[in-house]
Amino acid sequence: MTVSSPPDGDLRLHQLSKGQPATVAGVDESAVVTTLPAGELERRMIEMGLVEGSRVVILHEGFPGRDPIAIRVNEHTLALRRAEARAVRVTPLA
Amino acid sequence: MSVQASAVEPPRIALVGNPNCGKTALFNALTGSRQKVANYPGVTVERKTGHAVGPLGRRVQVIDLPGTYSLRARSPDEEVTRDVVLGRFAHEEGPDALVCVADATNLRLNLRLVVEMKRLGRPIILALNMMDAADKRGCRIDVAALSAMLGVPVVPTVAIRSGGVAGLLDEIERTVASVASSAEPCRWSEPSSRELRAYHQEVEAILARCVTDAGLPPLATQRVDTVLLHPVFGLFFLFAVLFLMFQAVFAWAAAPMELIDGAIGGLKDWVGTVLPDGALRSLLTDGIIAGVGSVVIFLPQILVLFFFILVLEATGYLARAAFLLDRLMGGVGLHGRAFIPLLSSFACAVPGVMAARTIENRADRLATIMIAPLMTCSARLPVYTLLIAAFVPDEPVLGGMVGLPGLVMFALYAAGILSALSVAFVLKRTVFRGAREPLLMELPAYRLPNPRDIALGLFERAKVFLARAGTTIFALMIVMWFLASFPGAPDGATEPAIHYSVAGMIGHALEPLLAPIGFPWQIAVALVPGIAAREVAVGVLGTIYALSGSGEALHASLAGVLAGSWSLPTARSLLAWYVFAPQCLATLSVVRRETNGWFWPAVMFAYMIALAYGAAFVAFRIASHLL
Ligand SMILES: Nc1nc2c(ncn2[C@@H]2O[C@H](COP(=O)(O)OP(=O)(O)O)[C@@H](O)[C@H]2O)c(=O)[nH]1
Ligand SMILES: [Mg+2]
Repeated sequence: MTVSSPPDGDLRLHQLSKGQPATVAGVDESAVVTTLPAGELERRMIEMGLVEGSRVVILHEGFPGRDPIAIRVNEHTLALRRAEARAVRVTPLA
Repeated sequence: MSVQASAVEPPRIALVGNPNCGKTALFNALTGSRQKVANYPGVTVERKTGHAVGPLGRRVQVIDLPGTYSLRARSPDEEVTRDVVLGRFAHEEGPDALVCVADATNLRLNLRLVVEMKRLGRPIILALNMMDAADKRGCRIDVAALSAMLGVPVVPTVAIRSGGVAGLLDEIERTVASVASSAEPCRWSEPSSRELRAYHQEVEAILARCVTDAGLPPLATQRVDTVLLHPVFGLFFLFAVLFLMFQAVFAWAAAPMELIDGAIGGLKDWVGTVLPDGALRSLLTDGIIAGVGSVVIFLPQILVLFFFILVLEATGYLARAAFLLDRLMGGVGLHGRAFIPLLSSFACAVPGVMAARTIENRADRLATIMIAPLMTCSARLPVYTLLIAAFVPDEPVLGGMVGLPGLVMFALYAAGILSALSVAFVLKRTVFRGAREPLLMELPAYRLPNPRDIALGLFERAKVFLARAGTTIFALMIVMWFLASFPGAPDGATEPAIHYSVAGMIGHALEPLLAPIGFPWQIAVALVPGIAAREVAVGVLGTIYALSGSGEALHASLAGVLAGSWSLPTARSLLAWYVFAPQCLATLSVVRRETNGWFWPAVMFAYMIALAYGAAFVAFRIASHLL
């Protein structure tokens, strides 16, 4: 699968509003501060299904600061923090 | 493998799969109660094995492995899964076949692991579990096509229904009979992100071909979650659950604890009647029975606590609790998953420290382990209740809403929690600095727990706890008894015998050190055996003040004596000391096991002693000044 830029700039998973469906356009961990070795966060995200082409939608938001978020990824539900959701580039679906 | 060889050593299969796919339920269904728990040599993760018997009567050893999403291990739990399937353990060959367990309602992540496992070159059977739930959601899977595309046998199972694993047992028997012919070399190496993407594409191709209808999403789960993950209702519900749990830990456990207490007393009396007075009788009654009994008495509380934890885990709620608390606990730098170990520590820090294994990051895990003993465990309660009965007048406060004793008890719990959070805050800003481990946690669909699995889980916890009481704690209690009994009192002694023993000498040597915090020599001496286990100090105080009796009678008379002989500042100081003091060899020994060395238990001991001394000093000085 080719990784193409979303048409409306660089939208990230943490910027999606609740209920807005989208597809994953790419994983770019350089946007995230992490203690993990390089490449590790990207691999973990792929293992948890956050890979190009996956359908995602934010279902629930935590407290406080609407963080962490629970997202539906294809057929499963994943909890992650907004700080790391920043690594996931998304394309909103109409 | 020849028939002869298998008569000696049954073939071994390992269950591997994502968390929450029903591995434990499947393990229980395959093995029934023929299971045992041990530790892997050199690591702290428990090794659960059992025996299954196939329809043709063939015995197979089954190994339950911690759930994982990949063979690139991230936590100590997952390292065990990787090392077992790769056959990396020195004393143990790799399994003869792997049973990959997949949740049929959620195939994508599960199949990704299967695709990765195929590179191991070992025979694989895919168990498509939760077929009942998949049917209910209208999910259609072409099993034959799936088997053809994956190149492994695929068996639908329902682990929680009787007869739901019959097909799997058939297939296991068939596979282990032909193991030798199907062995291949291992081609697994840690996948790069490019390879991981390739695996995913392979899975997408399989799904497109084999899943004819993906069915409905778990709508009930999503509806329940709009309430249970709600910032207000969700937290409210969580605290209600916790409240109920604490209530139950104390209320439900009270009657069985009294029974155990009575049985221990009865056993002591019986030994007293059959053995002549002397060292052996004292070793048996005061050393072993009293010592091991003081630990075993917590079994009911630990079982009630684990009952709640097992049920909450099986339903899928524990992951929600971690979600709800992640940000709040993040305020002091802790991971949402630290919630479970800390919760367990209110009953006993030992299971709490062990529960920290699920935290992936080493710094997060260590920070959680280091603060777990600050949670008010139930061993502190006998001391708290004794001192409160002796020194806190039963007056109504806050306009008669609560009694002063209850308020003091609450303050002691709160002091434990607040100090734990403060220590975590400091640790995460000094020794364990750095960003937190990412969350990335699956929220499984809600499921009804299966009574058989809960019962077997409780049974296993009880066995592990009692085994520890019968080994480590048993040995420690004998050592403590020797320290407190030898040398014996000289002829014409005026003080109780412990006064002349090694423990008495140590206590007297410590006396000048403890004088600034207001402890008389009696407390100093009681704290020496009290280092082994907190509640032991109560019994020792009874001996020192030459009281007879045990249980509640001792408690009542001791409270009266203490009220007459200690000052109020001393009592406050001892309460403050007990909030922090690391008086539990069982906890220190489990921390040593979990961290593989003496360094962290030593740090824990040092920082808790320092806190205890400081708090007791402040409490004593302030109280002396005011009164
Ligand atoms: N409906 C249904 N529930 C199941 C099945 N197998 C397991 N469960 C439930 O799924 C939950 C998680 O199972 P568990 O064995 O703890 O999963 P593990 O994390 O893989 O060990 C429990 O509540 C089980 O009762 C199944 O075949 N059908
Ligand atoms: Mg399990």
